[in-house]
Amino acid sequence: MTVEKIKLMQGNEACVEGAVAAGMRFFAGYPITPSTEIAEISAAKLPRVGGKFIQMEDEIASISAVIGASLAGKKAMTATSGPGFSLKQESIGYAVIAEIPCVIVNVQRGGPSTGMPTSPAQGDVMQARWGTHGDHSIIALYPSTVKEVYDTTIKAFNLAEKYRTPVILLMDEVIGHMREKVVLPREGEIKIYNRKKPTVSPEEYKPYKATDDMVPEMANIGEGYRYHVTGLVHDEFGNPTNNNVTAEELIKRLVNKIENNIDDIVEYEEYKMEDAEEVIVAYGSTARSVKSAIDILRDRGRKIGLFKPITIWPSPKKELELLGKNMKRILVVEMNMGQYLLEVERICRKYTEVKGYGRVNGELISPNEIVSFVEEG
Amino acid sequence: MTNYLIEKYYRTERLPHIWCPGCGNGIVLKAIVKAIDNLNLNQNEVCVVSGIGCSSRATGYLDFNTVHTTHGRALAFATGIKFANPKLHVVVITGDGDCAAIGGNHLIHAARRNIDITTIVFNNNIYGMTGGQYSPTTPTGDKGTTAPYGNIDPNFDLCELAKSAGATYVSRSTVYGVNMITKQVEEGIKNKGFSFIEILTTCPTYYGRKNKKGNAAEMIKQLNEITINVNAYNNLPQEKRENKIVIGELYKDIREEYTEKYDRLIKSF
Ligand SMILES: Cc1ncc(C[n+]2csc(CCOP(=O)(O)OP(=O)(O)O)c2C)c(N)n1
Ligand code: SF4
Repeated sequence: MTVEKIKLMQGNEACVEGAVAAGMRFFAGYPITPSTEIAEISAAKLPRVGGKFIQMEDEIASISAVIGASLAGKKAMTATSGPGFSLKQESIGYAVIAEIPCVIVNVQRGGPSTGMPTSPAQGDVMQARWGTHGDHSIIALYPSTVKEVYDTTIKAFNLAEKYRTPVILLMDEVIGHMREKVVLPREGEIKIYNRKKPTVSPEEYKPYKATDDMVPEMANIGEGYRYHVTGLVHDEFGNPTNNNVTAEELIKRLVNKIENNIDDIVEYEEYKMEDAEEVIVAYGSTARSVKSAIDILRDRGRKIGLFKPITIWPSPKKELELLGKNMKRILVVEMNMGQYLLEVERICRKYTEVKGYGRVNGELISPNEIVSFVEEG
Repeated sequence: MTNYLIEKYYRTERLPHIWCPGCGNGIVLKAIVKAIDNLNLNQNEVCVVSGIGCSSRATGYLDFNTVHTTHGRALAFATGIKFANPKLHVVVITGDGDCAAIGGNHLIHAARRNIDITTIVFNNNIYGMTGGQYSPTTPTGDKGTTAPYGNIDPNFDLCELAKSAGATYVSRSTVYGVNMITKQVEEGIKNKGFSFIEILTTCPTYYGRKNKKGNAAEMIKQLNEITINVNAYNNLPQEKRENKIVIGELYKDIREEYTEKYDRLIKSF
């Protein structure tokens, strides 16, 4: 039996550890605070496991190289923060339509523009959902502890491979730089999912033909299955087309392969929800403050709990709807001016009162602040 | 021969192509395919990557591993592909706008790394796909739909740029001389490093019409008239060199290739 490995780690380090454990063998990036450690640690680790690291000339080049590497068969990731995340958006859409697995980490900082490079924020939640143009669905995950960063990064790779789609891993400056003790899983304990390979001969292979779960089988470049990859709307062979029926089928399949598998994709945590009459919805570092606030409020006799989505997108609609039906009140606390509030309102407003509390000054939201908001609001 | 090349290397079910009658792109494409055939490369190990533009549509017609990427980023995608699997022969097809405007920075850095990618620029001096706007290679004074009074921008010498940035094979040819294109593409692919091949081609629909260059055949003839082979050029007295565009193999160097260098690092552990 292998011994348990306990390590004191930073969030950004846990991200690389998780990625390598998930099979990441390619990283392309461009330095930006507060994500830079992810590139630095990848640069040190990857060549030691036979992987490749490259510092590209900018963030557009980084995501493009990552997509190229994934096409050539490597599990690939890039990491950035706000300004760089903006630059990556066009190519994220390319990975969506061409169905190329990859992981994009965004360690959020204050924005817009250069904003507050070293301060935490959660202002890119909607950008993660709708940053690239056109109709699409997206998977975005958001851990709130260092251990969760490790696990969620593995999950990000697994979902990317399983659904052949880009997966966004959102963090914030606090999570990225915080140090916590992490008990790493033993070898063999980690569940790894790899892209489905073709089950037919090259002559019979249709690279964009959906299988039962709506996800096509993926041949890597160089394996003898020659086909065309394009960002244009395409048919089952990957050939560009303007056919309206094919276009609608493709766009709907790309959305539905995610939306129809929401139960497999969604992950969340509940805290003190057993007898709760009120709930706070929070994610990332804010969820940590909310937990402390709930302990204080519980001591004062309030029946309140936390609902923490780890899968931010697609949002846990079923679970949120149930909260809407059962809770007297839903409060959304986040380091922005009400981005996830919009989503919670959309789902819950017809059942119950939904209220938001936000902060955009570069400071964490403190437990006491949340307590006051709950008691006064 | 032509039929054999088409049968073997084109996705015939995808033809006819979208290019205008008289467009030079078809000539360049055939010359590229001939080079690959001459080198006897395994089609499964060839990956052709393109950006966005009329020229970049070429990948859709070719029976290799083909990737039609985003505007300007073909070299960045290609870098990921080559670095991930150095066994592949990676060829990039790009337009003058794709390569030198939106993609200019990627060109500089791919050349600097000397990564083994053969970049073939279809330079038609104009943005074809979007309808004839001026590009970084539109000669100063020439017209485009966004330069109705004549272009005031100085135009780029792409080969000089690639050479200064670190390319280890640099050449130029025109659609007037198909055999020269084929030879250069062969040499480019054989070079273990970053190869840059600029091919002067024709867009009769926009560049030609806007600048009263005549029909496609006349435009191709003009390409012959304005260019001179590098050897002949070197023998010309200084005063006769002006306004001549030099074709042929312009620069060669030997420098360690990027993916090989990284593989050495991996092996050192
Ligand atoms: C990000 C982005 N900007 C602009 C465009 C529009 N666009 C498509 S092709 C093109 C120019 C193509 O010109 P060139 O690269 O010279 O190729 P050609 O069509 O002449 O072969 C432009 C500007 C785009 N597709 N994407
Ligand atoms: S517009 Fe110009 S470059 Fe494009 S296909 Fe027509 S002739 Fe060729």
